[in-house]
This record gives sequence, structure tokens and C-alpha cells, in this order.
Amino acid sequence: MTNGIRSILIKNGRLIDPANGVDEVADLLITEDKVQKIGRLDNKADTVLDATGRIVSPGLIDLHVHFRQPGDEEEETIASGSAAAVAGGFTSVVCMPNTNPPIDEATGVEFIHRMGRQARKTFIYVMGALTKDRKGEDLAEIGLMAQAGAIGFTDDGAGVQNTAVMLRAMKYASMFGLVVSQHCQDDSLARNGVMNAGYNSTILGLPGIDPLAEEMMLWRDIQLVKKTQVRYHAQHISTAGSVSIIRQAKEEGLPVTCEVTPHHLLLTEEYVRDYDTNYKVNPPLRTLADVEALRRAVQEGLIDALATDHAPHLKSEKELEFLAAPFGIASLECALPLYRKALIDPGLLDWPQMLAMLTWRPARILGVQKGTLAVGDRADVAIIDPDAEWTIDSGRFYSKSHNCPYDGWTVKGRVLQTIVAGELRYSADERSACRS
Amino acid sequence: MTKHKKTDFQWRNKHLIGLSDLSREEIEFILDTARGFEEISTRSIKKAPALRGKVVVNMFFEDSTRTRNSFTLAAGRLSADVIEFSKSYSSVSKGETLIDTARNLEAMGVDIVVIRHGAGGAPKLLSRSINACVVNAGDGYHEHPTQALLDVYTIRQIKGTLDGLKIGIVGDIAHSRVARSNIYAMTKLGAEVTLIGPPTLMPAQVQKLPVQVSCDLDAVIEKLDVINMLRIQFERLGGNLFPSIREYSHFFGLTVDRMKKAKPDMLVMHPGPINRGLEIESEVADGPRSVILRQVANGLAIRMAVLFLVNQAAAVEAKEQKS
Repeated sequence: MTNGIRSILIKNGRLIDPANGVDEVADLLITEDKVQKIGRLDNKADTVLDATGRIVSPGLIDLHVHFRQPGDEEEETIASGSAAAVAGGFTSVVCMPNTNPPIDEATGVEFIHRMGRQARKTFIYVMGALTKDRKGEDLAEIGLMAQAGAIGFTDDGAGVQNTAVMLRAMKYASMFGLVVSQHCQDDSLARNGVMNAGYNSTILGLPGIDPLAEEMMLWRDIQLVKKTQVRYHAQHISTAGSVSIIRQAKEEGLPVTCEVTPHHLLLTEEYVRDYDTNYKVNPPLRTLADVEALRRAVQEGLIDALATDHAPHLKSEKELEFLAAPFGIASLECALPLYRKALIDPGLLDWPQMLAMLTWRPARILGVQKGTLAVGDRADVAIIDPDAEWTIDSGRFYSKSHNCPYDGWTVKGRVLQTIVAGELRYSADERSACRS
Repeated sequence: MTKHKKTDFQWRNKHLIGLSDLSREEIEFILDTARGFEEISTRSIKKAPALRGKVVVNMFFEDSTRTRNSFTLAAGRLSADVIEFSKSYSSVSKGETLIDTARNLEAMGVDIVVIRHGAGGAPKLLSRSINACVVNAGDGYHEHPTQALLDVYTIRQIKGTLDGLKIGIVGDIAHSRVARSNIYAMTKLGAEVTLIGPPTLMPAQVQKLPVQVSCDLDAVIEKLDVINMLRIQFERLGGNLFPSIREYSHFFGLTVDRMKKAKPDMLVMHPGPINRGLEIESEVADGPRSVILRQVANGLAIRMAVLFLVNQAAAVEAKEQKS
């Protein structure tokens, strides 16, 4: 191109655009920040990427990340988290409000957006807190945050314990049409638990979190959805019981969605047996029966989205006693091959079905026009080698933290390039979290 | 020096974290080794040179009197130098981490770390982080291996064997490391264990443990050869796990009346310190069937054996690494 208009031509890839039912080999031309043309193209372009044998997908969307800014910048910043995101193929992520201070008023929302623009990697959305200081007592300034661009509301990391407060928050938030999201956990049941309650917690002598802690709040919230009809999203469900509750809510036609994480699809409480804190996560790793129920639910279409709950933590904190170490797994940069391992390899989903759960389906939960790749759409693209084998090395993560239980795993499927708004923001050639 | 049976068995564990990992043979080897050490305590000069030139640190992050004194004395009798280290632990307090503390001590040339900690898994974490031997002196609700070893040692001393014995453990099983280590040691040595207490004091999925469970002490006491009464933890009352101490004593206290239903030779055990009149009446605690003080005495021989064996395993490991 000569007239100063930026362009990228992606040649000969397997174009998968699940929202539009597209799965075909085609070329894709991007000019400026839009998809210009799809087909057999011989246009010239500033950048030409050969995608032969590769998947060309709408950029991935992660509904649930923690970039720790403001407050815990030694663990992650919006800049480092954004770099990790594009390395994982994510062109949009949703930052959770459990920062320090929490995002519970409009200036916080604006701050996150500004840092995201400065990082100029992935597109950053932010959810605001439902209640002031995430204490579950008084409503946060939901409306002002909505005007500042918050994409939804949650007290993430803590469920709103008081039923009357949650009902009020849902009613109030319904005025703005945004999604209300919950980390379902009844603290009176979970208490000081640090792992799944069961035989393993008994053997290890660690306080357990009963599956009921999640299921009780999920069930309660769904009763509140019936009353308020607010769009409700259950974060990281982890138990077979939660799957049943979600199934029933969907059968009743309620506006309820949910997500599941890579770790709840791949790991069980057995991994905690050596007190390895990299497996300490909330909700906790459950049993094999739960993992199987979640996988079946994905196949059935009951789970709307895949989300990492990327939760970076310092090594020095993860080196504490299991009781004292923080909850969380950092997995943004290796999420795609993990999803493949959990869902495609066992034959539960094919690539278009799985990519739907990482593109248009999460976009629909957020109520944004993203996750599609038709002419005229915003050019957010991930180019994936579906079969490339690589070994996860958390030491090479862009993320500032390395609390990754998958370290050393050999996995299949690798993000090669990530394009955000028509700009090549990541290329595996430059540096990546893998040694091939 | 030790008088254990001559076998080909060689002790290879440089740490003692818990009894869940040990085989019957290993547990019996510790008990046999302890028997050899019992005699030292009867000498006029109560010393053996086994750990001469070695440094043992007692790292206690929780209050303890008898376990700590017992380890200190055991290390002293084996001629080790002993460092005492105490610090209160809170899972939220910031500051020097456990690993930092241990690495600092290790830099001073410590050979064996005896650790008592409020968090289950702390000894395991330590054993992964330092080269010294690690001996668990009680971690959270996880394990208290030397307590269970001295318990089975005492039973064996009196009853000859644990094979076929019926043993009851009464009280707060959910929050008891003693109960867990006891279950492993006793069942591995062939005893049948019944856990007795209210369902609120039973751990999750207790039925998956190799034990029977009962909430009716009166119904099972007549069958028992040994009863081990756990201490009531008053702090549990805050969690409303039982309504009152009065009610607990009524259903689960070992009273003179209840003892009438028991076999005449049923042993009464308690890991201490006892709450007189609560989980156990004074007349029972001090009565002829109580072996509570014998447990304490035997603790010394057990801890000498454990310190001796882990040190020996470390020496073997060091030799192998050199060659």
C-alpha cells in the first residue's frame, strides 16, 4: 500500500469465525483497524502473513483476569498482563475490580482504561465492584462507573453474602443493562477453607471448602435473577452440583451465563497432595467427578465461556505454608493449549465450537460487538498453529508472576500472531513463553 | 547399641513428616529402636554419644510444653547441641517466612530441624526447602507422628501387640493431628480403630478412612481394649461445633460410671494436657488403668530413636552422594 493506509494480508489460513458459521481456507485482508476483504486475494499489503495450516480466528476474549493494578504492581501490571494476554491470543480481557484500592468508583474505571491504552497490547475492559470497597454492604456507584465504561459489575474474589444487598444491587444494576457477575461462595460454609472439602482435605489436615459453599450462593442468586431478570454471570463454576443448577436455570430461560477455567477442566484436588501452593486456587480444585461433569457441560453447551481467572502472585507469597499462601493460578499465556487438551483432545468439542466459547459467546455476555471476523468487523485476530507442540516454561512468561502449575507440561496448540485493531501486537517469532 | 531384631531392613528416611507414608515394617523398626534407647534413661549418666557434634533446632511456632521438653531432652541424651526457637505463627502476619527462617538456621550448620507449626504441611514445605533432616512435632490438623509412635509403643509394651486390638479414639477428630497419626499407626499395626464423637467433630468423608465411626460412646466402650481420649479444644466452641462443655462431657467424657462398662483391662490414654473433669474425670486419669504418664515417659525413647534414625539416614545419603 502506498497511501499511508496500514494493511495486513493473512494468506491461506483456515478461517474459523464461529459466530458466522465460517470454517474455510481463505485469505483475509485487514486495512486500518477493520477486516476489508475475505476470499482468494492477491492484494498487496504492508505485512503478509502466511497462515498455511494455521487457524485464523477472531481474537480471543477472556472474561476474567487479574492484572493487580492498582496496588500490587510487583505481581502484575496492566502493561505486563496485557503483554501476556496477546501472547495467549487474547485481544480483549476483562479486569476484575479486586485491586487495592478496589475499582468501586468511576476514576478507577478510567484509570484502568488509560493504562490499557498506554500498554497498547490487548483491549482492556473492566468490571466495577457491586458494593463499596467490595464489602458487600453499601452499593458502589454503579451508574457512574457504567457511564465511565465499566462493562459489568461484581465483587469478584468475594461473593455478596447478604441476600438483601445482592437483591438490591441486581435491581439497581438492571437500570444500566450491564451484566452482574458473582464469585459464588457462601463464606459461612467456606469459612477458612483452603482446598476442596473431602477425603484429601482430611488426610492433609487442611480446612476444606464444601462444594455447597458455591452451590448455595449460585442457587440463591438464580432466585434473585427470577425476580429482577438482570443478566447474571456465574464466574468459574467448579462443581457437578453447580452444573445442575445452571442447567435448570437455562431450562427455565433465565438470563444466566457461566464460565469455567482451564484448571477446573484439567486438575483435581489430588494435585494438592504434596501441599504445592501452585494448586491453591479459589474455587478450589475439586474431584474427578466434578471435572467430568464440567467437561460434559461444556460439550452440552451449558457453559457459555472459557475464562482463565489469571491470578498472578509473587513466588515469595506462594512459598508460604499452604494455609497462608494466596489463591490463584497464572495461565493467560498457556490457556489455549490447555483448553485444547481438556476439550478437543478428548473429542468433546472441535475447534470452531471451542473458539466460539473464546470469542462471540463471551462477547455476548459482555454485550459487545466483538469476537467475529466478517468484512467490516474490527480486526482482532489470533493466528494459531493448532498442532504445534511446545513445553510451558513459566520462567519465560510476559506475566510478572510464575505461579503456574502447568510449568513443564508439553502441550499442543500455539498462538503465533495476535492482531488487535489491525495492528500486529504479538508475534511468536520475537519472544514467547515456550522453547520449541 | 540398639537392640532391635536383626533384619536386612535399613532405615532410609532422613525426614519424619508423617506416618501415612510409613509401612508397618518402618513403624516397627522405630519402635524396636526406641526399646534400645529406653535403657539409657535408667543409667546414672543418662547420655549416649550418637549425635555428638550434631545440632538440633527445636522450631516451635505453637505453644508446647511436653513435646518440646521431650525433644530437647531426647537430643541432649544423644549428646547433640540444641537450639530453641519459638515464634508465634499467624497465617496473615507478614515478615520473615518459614523458609527464610529455616535457611538462616541451616546457615548456622543445623543438622536436624524439629518443627511444630500451626499450618498443616509446614514440615513438608521445610523438607523441600532445606537439606537438614526435618522431624514433624505436630503440624496443624495434619500429623503428630512422634505422639502416635509413643502411643503405639505404650500399647505394645503392655499388650504385647496391636494385632486384633479394638481401639477407640474419642473427641475432636476433625481438628486433631494426633487422631490422624494414631489412625495410621494403629491400623498399620493391625488394630481396629473406632472414632467416637459428634458428627460436627468428624472430618470430611471420614468413612473413607480405614476406621469405624460412632457417635455413641456407651454403645462401643465395652468392646474396647484401649481408649484414647483427645483433649477438648476450647477454641472450637467459638465455631459452635458442640453446644457446651457440659453437654460434651455428658456424652463423650470418660467418667468413673462409664468405666464400669469397659473391660477391666482397657487402657486409658490421653495425649495431654488433660482437662480434668471435662473429657476425662480425675479418678480415671489418675486411676490404675491410666497409662498417661507412661506415655510421656515413652515419648523420650521414641524421640531419641527418631532423631537417631533420621540422622543415620542423612549420613548414609551423604556417603552415597560422595561415592
